[in-house]
Amino acid sequence: MAYKIISSQCTACSACEPECPNVAIYEKDGTFVINPKKCTECIGYFDDAQCVAVCPVDNTCVIDNSYPRYQAA
Amino acid sequence: MLGQVETNDLGEVMQQIAEHKGCGTSSEGGKASCGSSTAPEDMAPEVWEKVKNHPCYSEEAHHHYARMHVAVAPACNIQCNYCNRKYDCANESRPGVVSEKLTPEQASKKVLAVASTIPQMTVLGIAGPGDPLANPEKTFKTFELIAKTAPDIKLCLSTNGLALPDHVETIKGFNVDHVTITINMVDPEVGQHIYPWIFWNHKRVTGIEAARILTERQMQGLEMLTAAGILCKVNSVMIPGINDKHLVEVNRAVKSRGAFLHNIMPLISAPEHGTVFGLNGQRGPTAQELKALQDECEGEMNMMRHCRQCRADAVGLLGEDRSAEFTTEKVMEMDIEYDAEGRRAYQQQVEKERQATVAAKEAELADLVQEFSDVKILIAVATKGHGRVNEHFGHAQEFQIYELSTEGSKFVGHRRVDLYCQGGYGEEDALPTVIRAINDCVAVFVAKIGGCPKDELKAAGIDPVDKYAHEFIEQSAVKYFKEYLGKIKSGEIVHSKRGDADIRQGAFIAA
Repeated sequence: MAYKIISSQCTACSACEPECPNVAIYEKDGTFVINPKKCTECIGYFDDAQCVAVCPVDNTCVIDNSYPRYQAA
Repeated sequence: MLGQVETNDLGEVMQQIAEHKGCGTSSEGGKASCGSSTAPEDMAPEVWEKVKNHPCYSEEAHHHYARMHVAVAPACNIQCNYCNRKYDCANESRPGVVSEKLTPEQASKKVLAVASTIPQMTVLGIAGPGDPLANPEKTFKTFELIAKTAPDIKLCLSTNGLALPDHVETIKGFNVDHVTITINMVDPEVGQHIYPWIFWNHKRVTGIEAARILTERQMQGLEMLTAAGILCKVNSVMIPGINDKHLVEVNRAVKSRGAFLHNIMPLISAPEHGTVFGLNGQRGPTAQELKALQDECEGEMNMMRHCRQCRADAVGLLGEDRSAEFTTEKVMEMDIEYDAEGRRAYQQQVEKERQATVAAKEAELADLVQEFSDVKILIAVATKGHGRVNEHFGHAQEFQIYELSTEGSKFVGHRRVDLYCQGGYGEEDALPTVIRAINDCVAVFVAKIGGCPKDELKAAGIDPVDKYAHEFIEQSAVKYFKEYLGKIKSGEIVHSKRGDADIRQGAFIAA
């Protein structure tokens, strides 16, 4: 249902924040986090998850397996 | 804008701009001498006004005027193989991580604090640590705040160019009259080995396609800047085996689109930077390779050779970094009163000092013109600024390099070194690295030097010269060269070619 940011790898560059179509990303304690309740994996907006595409550190924005995958309504 | 102009008209527009600027392009393929170290006889007064106190646009100014960068722009929209965002950008903001990110409000206060403490600080740049135009709101908010509180400070920014065409109008609106674009290629075949991806239209684009979009946007942005009358400098990173030969073509492409100055910088690449190039063993150029390429392009346009590849939060004269004095914590505690009058008075003094430097050099050159010789030598100089030989050998963090010939003296580069001396005694390990860094020089000018390093320099064939302590650099250099020619004539010395020198690669360890 959602992406998450691995905080130990996040450089806090903020590139993902304005790209998120759901405004689900915000800064918290020097790193960026995704609100899983708002994240739609960009389904319905873009072909690719925007946070993944723009993040300068590969494998930092990843699917959070503790949530079921997002289903478009 | 210019993107829509027919190609036929482009040359005409460029020529008008060139004429308006009085410098830059010319129909004979000649070059103007502005922006580099030579006298501004061929420069329009309005252009001279723009560059004369800008340390990054005028070699001569960089001895006297300081700049600062504020790190308000952390996000980037492309990936470069010489950059690792985990540790920040290895080339554009050495030596890596900026100490702290700033909000536009913090940045504005920091600028006032620095302007009050360092009255010769005339330029504020936004250079990252990401790309300023990938953070347009933060970048332009910062400009807006500073234009309000410190209108005498020149604003500039540095970008990879991908977003540039979208922002030229806003840039002009804020009176930003200096923009730097980093252009490492004009051929996507070359570009695919430098840029693994770009973020474009909500997609990560890779390979040749990424490089093609980037180069198109860079060229369009450059043309638009030229049309808007904004001075543009082009930075290129020289990557041996990848774009070193290609940079001559880049030089022609950017010159024909109205770029004012070209700055070819050495790739800085070491495994500890964690960059793709650092990890795959891609080497940087040697001092000789870099100078040869700069010399080759100089026939085409002005080359910048005094770039220090500084950090996105650097403060001070080029080659010095006073950022530690201005951390956010310290700045927020400072009680600042912006003294525009005091700054003006101080800068008038700096101007006098600078004119004295030039006059002394001219006077010394007068009787060199009768000399005919094809001898060319390099000398290294330890200086703290003001155009004088005023640094102790052991305290020098860099040496400035001048080329001397019967045509006079010319600044051709600088070499960063770790401090040789800490706490008054020489460190044994550091001296060989200093010697390697200035190995192509015949002499090193210093304000003072200890006996031990003096002997070792002599053994390496480098003449340690302390008799010009606190004198003007270029006047002294010309004096030394005249003596040198005299000694060759009398047979006292035999002139021979020196070897190559190292460009420092590792992280800066001695502070």
